[in-house]
Amino acid sequence: MVDLTRRFDVLVIGGGNAALCAAISARRAGASVLVLEGAPKFYRGGNTRHTRNMRCAHDAATEILTGPYTEEEFWKDLLLVTGGQTDEELARFMIHESKDILNWIVEQGVRWQPSLGGTLSLGRTNSFFLGGGRAMLNALYRTAEELGVDILYDAEVIDLNIEDGMFLSAQLKQPVGGRTEVRASTLVAAAGGFEANIEWLKEYWGEAADNFLIRGTPFNRGAILKMLLAKGVQEIGDPTQCHAVAIDARAPKFDGGIITRHDSVVFGIVVNKHAARFYDEGEDIWPKRYAIWGRLVAAQPDQIAYIIFDSTVVTSFMPTLFPPIAGATIAELAGKLELDATALEKTITDFNAAVQPGTFDHTILDDCRTEGITPAKTHWARRIETPPYLAYPVRPGITFTYLGTRVNKQSRMLMKDGRPSANMFAAGEIMAGNVLGKGYAAGIGMTIGSVFGRVAGREAAKNARN
Amino acid sequence: MHGTRTLQEADRLMTVCNSCRYCEGLCAVFPAMEMRRAFSDGDLNYLANLCHSCGACYTDCQFSPPHEFNVNVPKTLAVARAESYAAYAWPRAFAGAFARNGLVISLIAALSVAAFIFGFAAINDRGVLTGIHTGPGAFYKLMPHNAMALLFGLALLYAILALVMGVRAFWRDIGEPVGMTTDAKSLLQAVRDAGELRYLDGGGVGCFNEDDHPTDRRKLYHHFTFYGFLLCFAATCVGTLYHYLLAREAPYAWWDLPVVLGTLGGIGLVVGPIGLLSEKWKRDRVLVDEQAMGMDTAFILMLFLTSITGLALLLWRETAAMGPLLALHLGVVFALFITMPYGKFVHGIYRFVALVRYARERRMMAQGKAE
Repeated sequence: MVDLTRRFDVLVIGGGNAALCAAISARRAGASVLVLEGAPKFYRGGNTRHTRNMRCAHDAATEILTGPYTEEEFWKDLLLVTGGQTDEELARFMIHESKDILNWIVEQGVRWQPSLGGTLSLGRTNSFFLGGGRAMLNALYRTAEELGVDILYDAEVIDLNIEDGMFLSAQLKQPVGGRTEVRASTLVAAAGGFEANIEWLKEYWGEAADNFLIRGTPFNRGAILKMLLAKGVQEIGDPTQCHAVAIDARAPKFDGGIITRHDSVVFGIVVNKHAARFYDEGEDIWPKRYAIWGRLVAAQPDQIAYIIFDSTVVTSFMPTLFPPIAGATIAELAGKLELDATALEKTITDFNAAVQPGTFDHTILDDCRTEGITPAKTHWARRIETPPYLAYPVRPGITFTYLGTRVNKQSRMLMKDGRPSANMFAAGEIMAGNVLGKGYAAGIGMTIGSVFGRVAGREAAKNARN
Repeated sequence: MHGTRTLQEADRLMTVCNSCRYCEGLCAVFPAMEMRRAFSDGDLNYLANLCHSCGACYTDCQFSPPHEFNVNVPKTLAVARAESYAAYAWPRAFAGAFARNGLVISLIAALSVAAFIFGFAAINDRGVLTGIHTGPGAFYKLMPHNAMALLFGLALLYAILALVMGVRAFWRDIGEPVGMTTDAKSLLQAVRDAGELRYLDGGGVGCFNEDDHPTDRRKLYHHFTFYGFLLCFAATCVGTLYHYLLAREAPYAWWDLPVVLGTLGGIGLVVGPIGLLSEKWKRDRVLVDEQAMGMDTAFILMLFLTSITGLALLLWRETAAMGPLLALHLGVVFALFITMPYGKFVHGIYRFVALVRYARERRMMAQGKAE
């Protein structure tokens, strides 16, 4: 039983990578720590459940990394994906700290493996968790428990008592035991974003948000973020933005995770519910091309689209959870997709006629392109002409949101007037917008979580002692 | 699509796993899965027998129950594995022995022990059965050596024949041409992987058994059991050689090689099975193929009885209990031999064959010759 009448040195709200790194680092610094995870035990860990790697800088190849990835190169990649929407001082600090995280996280029981099939393009930059994100979480939880961190599941925080930027207590609501006031000297907020809060998404996306699928658990509702912003914490990141990829429309509403994604866009064309193409399917190379399609589909009527290809490319991409929908003719396929057959036939005929001769190579920006149609397919354009014709229906799959709390290098929250909070820290997705204003690079969310989680825990422990 | 509902479910899971692949570093099953996009019955039986049931992929899976994708690979493959033993059993008429294996094995063991006791009593005077015999040839006062060698030799030969026929069916089912000789390197790799139980370690931390804290206990107890069994077998072989080549008759002194090997092996075969059984009872039910509990328990108990009766015989061989103990021990060993092809023993054979296949596939992939 956790004694909730005592006053903890550090209260961590959240249960993912950032929360656990904060809890462990605070505990190792001598603090008493309570972790409140809003989800049930099985769903603990928020988006960390679905991750599988972390991007850390390193000066030389290791057993699991194929070559060096310098701080400068990491910084340039971050600059590129964010288009400059990043806090350079914080970002460079994070990148520098990421080097040591490679070892620190192993000391917390997490195991690495080299990148294997399907992810070789990340073999130099990203370190993969053996067994994936849930294995990583399990290791962190085991370590936290062994160190004596108190952990509660199904522990929903319904209010925060904050006075003038100083955290005093949290109102805890549990299925059994009801409401309790939890007191602590410091707070680490590591409770993620609000991607599972459809009502909140609707504020920016309107009714379209009803058609979004959420790739993580239904527990990422942003309640803590909302409370903090309402109580004077400075916000950062574009509230209207979220990271979205195209995932299978047949996926469950929540928690479909990695296995619902599609990486077949470049091998065919993408049409909307009017059977019309709407964007250059051959614009850019993986993984950048992968990240834009969620937003593109979100902008289409009814937020639905169809990746259409033919039988010649079926083995060109990873096997999928849901099988492609097949038709012996374009018309039959259109019928199964409930698209206008004539319109789809015309779209494909026009596309096929526009394809120019070239040498196909999906690993580079090749010279297979179309001419004379809008939008063009600028690379990897090949005729769709060998039945059966195949299709995947796709919808926007929301991965994470960018809105967060502003922090400094101590991971300490900044208030609206710019002053640092007396005793409140934030780590993980809830403050990712400081570093990642927009865009995405594989594994960077975990870097943000581990680096700032570790810092927040250490600083919170120090703060609690003073 | 598939021959059984179990294989249907295994196909569903492998399709889920093949679009995720987070577990590819844990063991051999997932890399083997990644070499395929679709799964035949034979492929699934191959993957099922490649699985060592370490449980890591269940604990690590974000889609395990209560998630709606309901991914439970260790349990599904355990069920498929047990069903594959029956599917490959030779002769086909005996496949049913796997259905209520615990009962079948117990009955055969009891009948075998009874046959030896009654046999000894029938062919010997009462005084011989309960008499005290010492010195070379003491055991053969109860049963002539040649009769013993013939009976056990035939039982062993039959077991080997039935096992070879089963492996033949398995090898064909998983898509390898029968009669094709595998390369020595793959064979050697498989010997090493099986000998170390390389894939019974959750990818490095140990097995997941009763909870999500990994341990190496199952591996350790399996090593005790397996190497104990090998030592006992070696003891028998050395004894046979002594008899025919050196004309030295059992029983041997405690320091003699057959006794040393047999005693060490016997201790392994006591410690190992007790450990395995206790781990099995502790095991999280969600990972367990309940249908196969009888089969697993029967096999573990048979090994335990083999060693415990053998050790008892060693301890009391110079007393009047020797006769009955010899009958008991021989009865158990005879039952073990003839039930080998129809019980859990086959897991070692099929898993080894799957490891050979895996080693071959890896080598072929490395050489770029994969289909």
